Amino acid sequence: MGEIIVITSGKGGVGKTTSTANIGAGLSNLGKKVVLIDTDIGLRNLDVVLGLENRIVYDLVDVVEKKCRVKQALIKDKRFENLFLIPAAQTRDKSAVSPSQMIELCDELRKDFDFVVIDCPAGIEQGFKNAIAGADRAIVVTTPEVSAVRDADRIIGLLESHGIKDPVLLINRIRIDMVKRGDMMNIDDILEILAVKHIGVVPDDEKIIESTNRGEPVIADSKSMAGQAYRNITRRIAFPDENIPFLDLEPAGGLRGLFKKVFGDKKV
Amino acid sequence: MLDVIMNFFRKPKVASKDIAANRLKVCIIHDKTDGSPEILEMIRNEIIKIIDNYVEFDRDALEVNITHADAADGKTVSSALVANIPIKRVKRIGK
Ligand SMILES: Nc1ncnc2c1ncn2[C@@H]1O[C@H](COP(=O)(O)OP(=O)(O)O)[C@@H](O)[C@H]1O
Ligand SMILES: [Mg+2]
Repeated sequence: MGEIIVITSGKGGVGKTTSTANIGAGLSNLGKKVVLIDTDIGLRNLDVVLGLENRIVYDLVDVVEKKCRVKQALIKDKRFENLFLIPAAQTRDKSAVSPSQMIELCDELRKDFDFVVIDCPAGIEQGFKNAIAGADRAIVVTTPEVSAVRDADRIIGLLESHGIKDPVLLINRIRIDMVKRGDMMNIDDILEILAVKHIGVVPDDEKIIESTNRGEPVIADSKSMAGQAYRNITRRIAFPDENIPFLDLEPAGGLRGLFKKVFGDKKV
Repeated sequence: MLDVIMNFFRKPKVASKDIAANRLKVCIIHDKTDGSPEILEMIRNEIIKIIDNYVEFDRDALEVNITHADAADGKTVSSALVANIPIKRVKRIGK
């Protein structure tokens, strides 16, 4: 039986969709069978981030309204073995799907897939409720900014009150230079405030924008720091008992020490 | 007034990340308590139970609040749980 993971945040634009795409691609690279669901109905994005926008026939609303079979709506990614997408509908709104329909869909998908990864819309309303309804666990994405971390705290509270225990944090867009100057909160600052565990830290990286331009997840770029960070994160998801050291992220010598100073002894 | 200005210029520069972390802590305390006055009400009732063993006081006047004030270092804001308990009489306790 597969596991259902929701990627959520509260605040928009912090990297949920980017993270969903990369975690999906990363899990499939590790030999897992993965389906991604875009629940941001009306503001569909995951298809373009993955470069699958020209292949959409059916969408999530078609599936829950039973206008097609689930299998018909699965778009297969040709570059990643066993990676599939169920895209959001673009011309409907969040109320076109209900939490109970999402639970039903998730339970059907978990029979065939190792992981179902759900991209959640911003906010705490209907779209959020749909996205988390069928989830077993949650990854909360934040950037190192006051507003994003505050929203993350709110979301962690809501997840727990919906019975999703121990959500983990993904800290995105860290800038080492700024942390070093004391102009950006570091990982320990954020974890202390939120009192949760983290699953990884992704640096702010131009390569993400480049790869998104091309519709290719950055995880496939073996040289990028963000790609390495996502590879580590997916290993932690797929093999929770394995201990993945964070130092692998830095290419060489001097920078390593710096990285250690910035991130403390925490994993990246 | 001059004092205020002098103090302003004398203040050592605080790392902006520490200001961020501090504002964040205060925001989150606010978010959690504003949304649920029940928490304060529960604290209030528990305090009444304990204080009642030792002093006579005006129950209706007992106030419990969370306040946010600039800490003594002038750099940070700290939040405090403040209870105002107008005492009428201290009870005779034990021996
Ligand atoms: N680590 C990063 N470095 C640089 N740009 C990033 C990073 N993560 C996300 N972005 C960019 O930020 C924007 C918002 O990301 P997105 O994943 O769409 O956020 P969300 O789904 O939470 O709204 C996108 O343009 C994306 O390319
Ligand atoms: Mg998004």
